[in-house]
Amino acid sequence: MHHLEIRNLSSAYGSTEVLRDVSLTADKGEVVSLIGPSGSGKSTLLRVLIGLTPPTKGEIIVAGDQIDYHSRKELKALRNRMSIVFQQYNLFQNMTVLRNVTIAPIKTKNRPRVEAEHEALALLEKVGMADKKDAYPEELSGGQQQRVAIARALATNPEILLLDEVTSALDPERVNEVLDTIRALTHEGITMLIVSHEMAFVREVSTRTAMMDDGRIVECGTPVEIFDSPTEARTREFVSKILKH
Amino acid sequence: MFDQITEQLPLFFSYHNLVFILQAAGRTLSMTIIGCSVGFFFGFIIAVIRQSSSRPLLIFRLLSIVYVETFRRIPFLVILFIVLFVIEPLMPGTSLFGIATVSVCLLSTAFLSEVIRSGLESVPAQQIEGARALNFSALQTLVMVVLPQSWKVIIPPAAAFIVMFIKDTSLASQLGVIELTFAGKMLVNRGFSSVLGFGVVLICYFALSYPLSRFAAYLERRLASS
Repeated sequence: MHHLEIRNLSSAYGSTEVLRDVSLTADKGEVVSLIGPSGSGKSTLLRVLIGLTPPTKGEIIVAGDQIDYHSRKELKALRNRMSIVFQQYNLFQNMTVLRNVTIAPIKTKNRPRVEAEHEALALLEKVGMADKKDAYPEELSGGQQQRVAIARALATNPEILLLDEVTSALDPERVNEVLDTIRALTHEGITMLIVSHEMAFVREVSTRTAMMDDGRIVECGTPVEIFDSPTEARTREFVSKILKH
Repeated sequence: MFDQITEQLPLFFSYHNLVFILQAAGRTLSMTIIGCSVGFFFGFIIAVIRQSSSRPLLIFRLLSIVYVETFRRIPFLVILFIVLFVIEPLMPGTSLFGIATVSVCLLSTAFLSEVIRSGLESVPAQQIEGARALNFSALQTLVMVVLPQSWKVIIPPAAAFIVMFIKDTSLASQLGVIELTFAGKMLVNRGFSSVLGFGVVLICYFALSYPLSRFAAYLERRLASS
């Protein structure tokens, strides 16, 4: 049984179809990356998975349970097992770093504050942000904010972690600190879906890579297959354009 | 003129006149405070309803829009007369002060709901999506994420509105409510110098609105730094 299974998923903004018949699977602990040009539907796929954009068709199955995205109860249960890290970090500006990390466990999982803070500090330690626990997001650099956002996403103990272009909004010199943080997580058994334009990183950490274009998955395989010997013309074109630089 | 004023001063500031002016200032202040508190409360509810995308609330959303857009476009004086002519036959014996206060509530609800709505909308959508992805309920998102970030956008125009409203309550004098402006007029009619009468009224309006502006500026500073 796959940990995450997406079957013939479609989604639309108004009358514009942004996902067309997407099927993809991820086994427990796998790191599946999504590559492709802007507007190809990669981020939308993650948004549909976490329930921010409604699907129009298809099935999403997590650990054998099909998720009904119109049921508030099921969506809530799903978000207890799945977290997302956004491109723009989306940290709560009115809360300190520590509060950002503890608020979901305390308020949505009813964890005791002391316990939640204890775990949050351990997570902040892991992403190298423990010394900034009392800072507000606006006092931090983009890279630091993104590391806090990763700690926040992990605070609810997700089985599945979605990473949506987490380094795209960062200064080039801040990219590596975030990639190092994610790299360290790939060995912890969390199933990950990574949308990224960092091809070298994708190639290094992924167990499988899916190439998306125009709302469809064009090709899916191991990073070696996708980057070295793609079978589809569209993948070849995209990969060669990116790797030339 | 100055001779007249100096001559009238001891008589003007008699105990009875002072009580009369203070009572009038009290009415001006009560109309503003009651009106704007009620306006804040219902304005907030309307702003939240207008923001929600919930289907069962659709009818309330439409009603809210009609209410806000109508009452923002009617002059306060006209609202006063409408309320007077609606309430009089329904509840005879309602005091003019009561009628004026209800009018203030109606108008301030419409204006403050717009102030609050623009404050709520100033919070970036990403903040709300972050909260939703973390399983916050709509109420939790509002209370823990949206409201704390929208106060600094809401406070300055809300304070400006309330200060403006202290002045606008003078229109209630047209109904016969003895608030500050009407009190000034009555004193002048009793033969006191108009410079003296309305000068004191001017000072009273200033004394009411200046502390409020300072308080708003203080709040703004405090909220901006946190």
